[in-house]
Amino acid sequence: MLPSFDYIRPKSVQAAITHLATGSAQAHAGGTDLMGCLRERIFPVGKVVSLSGLPELRGVSETADGGLRIGALTALSALSEHPIVIKRFGGLAQAAGEVGSPQLRNQGTLGGNICQKPRCWYYRTDFTCLRKGGGTCFAVDGENQFHCIFGGGGTCFIVHPSDTAPALVALNATARLAGPRGSRDVPLEKFFVLPEVDVQRETVLARGEIVTEIRIPPPVSGTRSSYRKVRARRSWDFALAGVAMALRFDRKRVIDGRVVLSGAAPIPWRSKEVEQIVRGKELTVDVIAAAAKAVTSGAEPLEKNGYKLALFQGMIEEELTLMAASA
Amino acid sequence: MSANPTNGPGGITRRNFLTTVGAGAIGAAVSENALAAGKEVAPPQVTPAGRSVEVALRVNGRTHVVQAETRWTLLHVLREVIGLTGAKPGCERGECGACTVLIDGIPRYACLTLAVEVQGHDVTTLEGLMDGEKLGTVQAAFVEADAFQCGYCTPGQVMAVEGLLRANPNPSVEEIRRGVSGNLCRCGAYQHIFKAAHRAAELKAGK
Repeated sequence: MLPSFDYIRPKSVQAAITHLATGSAQAHAGGTDLMGCLRERIFPVGKVVSLSGLPELRGVSETADGGLRIGALTALSALSEHPIVIKRFGGLAQAAGEVGSPQLRNQGTLGGNICQKPRCWYYRTDFTCLRKGGGTCFAVDGENQFHCIFGGGGTCFIVHPSDTAPALVALNATARLAGPRGSRDVPLEKFFVLPEVDVQRETVLARGEIVTEIRIPPPVSGTRSSYRKVRARRSWDFALAGVAMALRFDRKRVIDGRVVLSGAAPIPWRSKEVEQIVRGKELTVDVIAAAAKAVTSGAEPLEKNGYKLALFQGMIEEELTLMAASA
Repeated sequence: MSANPTNGPGGITRRNFLTTVGAGAIGAAVSENALAAGKEVAPPQVTPAGRSVEVALRVNGRTHVVQAETRWTLLHVLREVIGLTGAKPGCERGECGACTVLIDGIPRYACLTLAVEVQGHDVTTLEGLMDGEKLGTVQAAFVEADAFQCGYCTPGQVMAVEGLLRANPNPSVEEIRRGVSGNLCRCGAYQHIFKAAHRAAELKAGK
């Protein structure tokens, strides 16, 4: 049985914000992550503020400039099956289709997916770790095979669990947030918080703030995007390693683009090393090999996750080879 | 409780108690208007922790009005309040799929869904696939393909396949594998489950 909580389903975003700004309130979108956190009592939840009475936060539409507006409550399956998303923002459709299982994608939302809590098994169980206000990270000297190789900063070694977040960062998306002080737009790249900045937060969301929509600018002509996810079980799992790419080509040459890793760091991790190597170049075997090698430069593997280095290198090689073939 | 099986037209039998248990449930049928109003039941004011609220759930075409705590999952209400035990508690954390039901025709985990969130939506459970004593098409295909051993995951597998076929009446093997990828089978009957899904598609197409 879940612990008891106050419950409300407001009829307006403003009312939701007001309720979220008080006490230990948590937003309920699809609920797939929140229900697990409640059941395991990861953090105290005095009040659940359901967003399901806010249909205006659901749906995908093209904006006047040819970009995309995605309501935060849009189900992941709706996103992955949306014709416009598949055609023009393929990397996002792929990423949304790689999340969890069919049932989870039918229930889970895009907003919820980027606001997920970490899956670190110390965080998710009875350990009072740094992220839960304790004094120790238990992963450092513990079972850390699924933890990060970048961005741990000597504090907390989670990986960000989202598949859609790296795709959104690659596509230069922006999150629109609504809160007690009004609304603001935050580029997805600035939305996530490294543990060295604040070990108890995953996002910049302030108290009472929610994500209301995601906006993606129109893709520049010649842009191709993709998402690749490697996991221990093919059926469904979180990423051991993943990569979202949005590369702009001029014929066979890469003009510009972003390469963003999942399963690598506490936030979606831009591999500027890979981006720098492919920029301005044709994706020849040599360029691809150099990029694959560069993806792990600066990595700081823990005792049991060193396998991720080879995994990321191989994945970059395969994905860039696919990109080259389609260019 | 009757244990006398009756023969359905398809020659497949089912014990009475599984279908009649719902009739003894706490829920009472109400009118369509009340259901429509049920969409508004969702409290725009705070329901304090521990307080029960009236929740109108439309399950297998029939509306049940129940008193439920807001923390109760759909799975809990289906099994323990309404008395429909087709959906099974397994992991109760959205990993195993034994609790799969259809909400508005789409497979979801009942264990991760608050009952109060389902008001105004159509819930279909395993029981809802049956025609009286006669097994539904997907169930019959599971029997024909011998698609289970212990059977605990079977209701969830059946609902996942039912949802898949409603969206995609003629799935490929890869689409079937993906369609039931959210349902674990500890006996490892997967190959037969894939065959059953394929057979169910044939049966639904009248083949």
